[in-house]
Amino acid sequence: MEDCLAKKMEITVSEAEKRTGRNAMNIQETYTAYLIETRAVESQTEGQCAPVESLWRRYSEFELLRNYLSVTYPHIVVPPLPEKRADFVWHKLSADNMDPDFVERRRIGLENFLLRVASHPVLCQDKIFYAFLMQEGGWKEMVNETGFHLKADSRLKALNATFRVKNPDKRFTELKHYSDELQSVISHLLRVRARVADRLYGVYKVHGNYGRVFSEWSAIEKEMGDGLQSAGHHMDVYAASIDDILEEEEHYADQLKEYLFYAEALRAVCRKHELMQYDLEMAAQDLTSKKQQCEELATGTVRTFSLKGMTSKLFGQETPEQREAKIKVLEEQIQEGEEQLKSKNLEGRDFVKSAWADIERFKEQKNHDLKEALISYAVMQISMCKKGIQVWTNAKECFSKM
Amino acid sequence: TSLTEVNSFSPSVPISPSSMINQYKFEDGPELRDLFITVDDPESHITAIETFITYRVVTKTTRGEFDSSEYEVRRRYQDFHWLKSKLEEAHPTLIIPPLPEKFIMKGMVERFSDEFIETRRKALHKFLNRIADHPTLTFNEDFKIFLTAQAWELSSHKKQGPGLLSRMGQTVRAVASSVRGAVRNRPEMFTEMSNYMETFSQKINLLDKIAHRIYKEERDYCNELKEYGPIHTLWSASEEDTAESLKGIASCIDRCCRATEKRMAGLSEHLLPILHEYVLYSEILMGVLKRRDQIQGELDSKVDALANKKTEKDLFLEEIGKLEDKVERASNALKADWDRWKQNMQWDMRSAFTNVAENNLRYYEE
Repeated sequence: MEDCLAKKMEITVSEAEKRTGRNAMNIQETYTAYLIETRAVESQTEGQCAPVESLWRRYSEFELLRNYLSVTYPHIVVPPLPEKRADFVWHKLSADNMDPDFVERRRIGLENFLLRVASHPVLCQDKIFYAFLMQEGGWKEMVNETGFHLKADSRLKALNATFRVKNPDKRFTELKHYSDELQSVISHLLRVRARVADRLYGVYKVHGNYGRVFSEWSAIEKEMGDGLQSAGHHMDVYAASIDDILEEEEHYADQLKEYLFYAEALRAVCRKHELMQYDLEMAAQDLTSKKQQCEELATGTVRTFSLKGMTSKLFGQETPEQREAKIKVLEEQIQEGEEQLKSKNLEGRDFVKSAWADIERFKEQKNHDLKEALISYAVMQISMCKKGIQVWTNAKECFSKM
Repeated sequence: TSLTEVNSFSPSVPISPSSMINQYKFEDGPELRDLFITVDDPESHITAIETFITYRVVTKTTRGEFDSSEYEVRRRYQDFHWLKSKLEEAHPTLIIPPLPEKFIMKGMVERFSDEFIETRRKALHKFLNRIADHPTLTFNEDFKIFLTAQAWELSSHKKQGPGLLSRMGQTVRAVASSVRGAVRNRPEMFTEMSNYMETFSQKINLLDKIAHRIYKEERDYCNELKEYGPIHTLWSASEEDTAESLKGIASCIDRCCRATEKRMAGLSEHLLPILHEYVLYSEILMGVLKRRDQIQGELDSKVDALANKKTEKDLFLEEIGKLEDKVERASNALKADWDRWKQNMQWDMRSAFTNVAENNLRYYEE
């Protein structure tokens, strides 16, 4: 992370605000805007704080930025955005986009996205990205002017390439399998985690009923009354503790979700490779067939069946002049084709090299992040158990005084 | 609290000196018990008409009035039910321990499933032991016969005693007197008890439901954990660097699952049966209070009759005197037993919930 933007500048997404406005179709809509604050790090001398610059962006602008980056740097595993809609919800969470908890988690996700881009050795140098952070007005036009839309490959083309490519680099095929597996295992994990959270919530909350009944019961008891009452209080504490515990777990889930979406980014790089490879194979095939045609015309032998051959047999041969002209055209095309093939080959090799470098970087990042996430999850569980021990030790004391 | 209070409230309970001594012994602790009963070994019997289960009842005793020191008999649920009715007849205002129910309404438990049989066996064991621990009931003659008689002896003994008709007569009178409305001269103490019982019954039923609900939620949680763990193992197969950590988490989740199962077992072995027993107890206690009221009702009506009839005064007075005694005895017996019951209840609840707390501690420590 040598000369990354992240080192030179503090970036935060500090606030979220509900807004109403008119959209492209002139229809009134409500959306959330996020405040991006940046502050240069270098110019911070002792006691002197650099000024904070800020501007507001909405989610669709983040999306535009990411699309631009994906198209412009197809060999990079571009960091994913937090989810558009709340997924993997469990009972208590709402699936509403306007829900304050959802907005809060999205704010954190967006900040994370910006930090990831800013720490990427290649992406952080992009001018559009810089403008996204610094220039409020006219940014959208700037992006559109780059004409990146035109560079984008159609999904159909990509799909076609996936099925028809003959010799893709083995590493990319493996990587694609890996990203499929990663996606399926993480989404399964998140689904079950949501169910586990639901059940755990149930266990804790029902204990709250104990608190209520104990308290009511203690009213009619003389000797047992105090013990019951205080035990009931601890049951209430126990039941309430689950809310904080599960909120923390949501952050863990979000960390996993990021890598779920990263799997899609990985697949995108693989697809690009397949596309380029397919293009290459098609160009090579085209070249070979043209060369063959040329040879046939020159030598007059028909090696392969062709409609042209048949028609000329039926309707008479062409004149030598016509043949000469054809050969000339083909020879030109062949030369063009060979040059194109050479450059495509070069492009392909460059792509593979730079893509693979980024993939290695990504792998290291992923291993590091996942390990940290798993450790923090374990720490969360331990803290949950410690709380449980405390509550039940207190409760036990109360019970023994009954 | 125990001993002195019991004795001060029941001055006219006819206790024989020997049973007084025994009473002391019981309250002091199980080491001084002289009657040990176990209920085990359920066996199923299939006849042409029906299928039923018998349980083995083993009694060990050092008491003089028993001919031998060890007995082993086989009893079925019907026999326990008979014993309970006889005890209720003989001591209408004492608190007879609850029997497990005849059928289970909710839940898909089949009549002869292993779980059902085991739960019932434990409850029957508790039933007999509670009777054995009771200062008065333990010397009941029918109880002794229940523990010692061979099957045919028991059947022939059962056939004796007030017939069906007279028992029906008692029930009719009981219904009639309860229809007559609330008792007028009920001592304050019993009204308090009645109010207490109403609230207690409500609360204990709620606790029973809550405990069952917790059990169910824990079971569902455990089931989800069973799916949650293996996913991590699956994931570790695709990873290199993080594989170890993932496998570690998977094994921790498995341990959580097993710890949860232990917690559930603790609930079902200790808390749930006790809560259930006290749910039944609350019904029994309400019944006992009613019966005391009935007896008092009889007394009151006779007193009223006396006020109206000037003749045959002496006869009436004698009857009234007897009834007054009866009422007093019944009330005292009830009061004594009540105190004892409350103590036991306290102790039971305390130990049950402490047990739950300990189980939870163990769970979290694991």
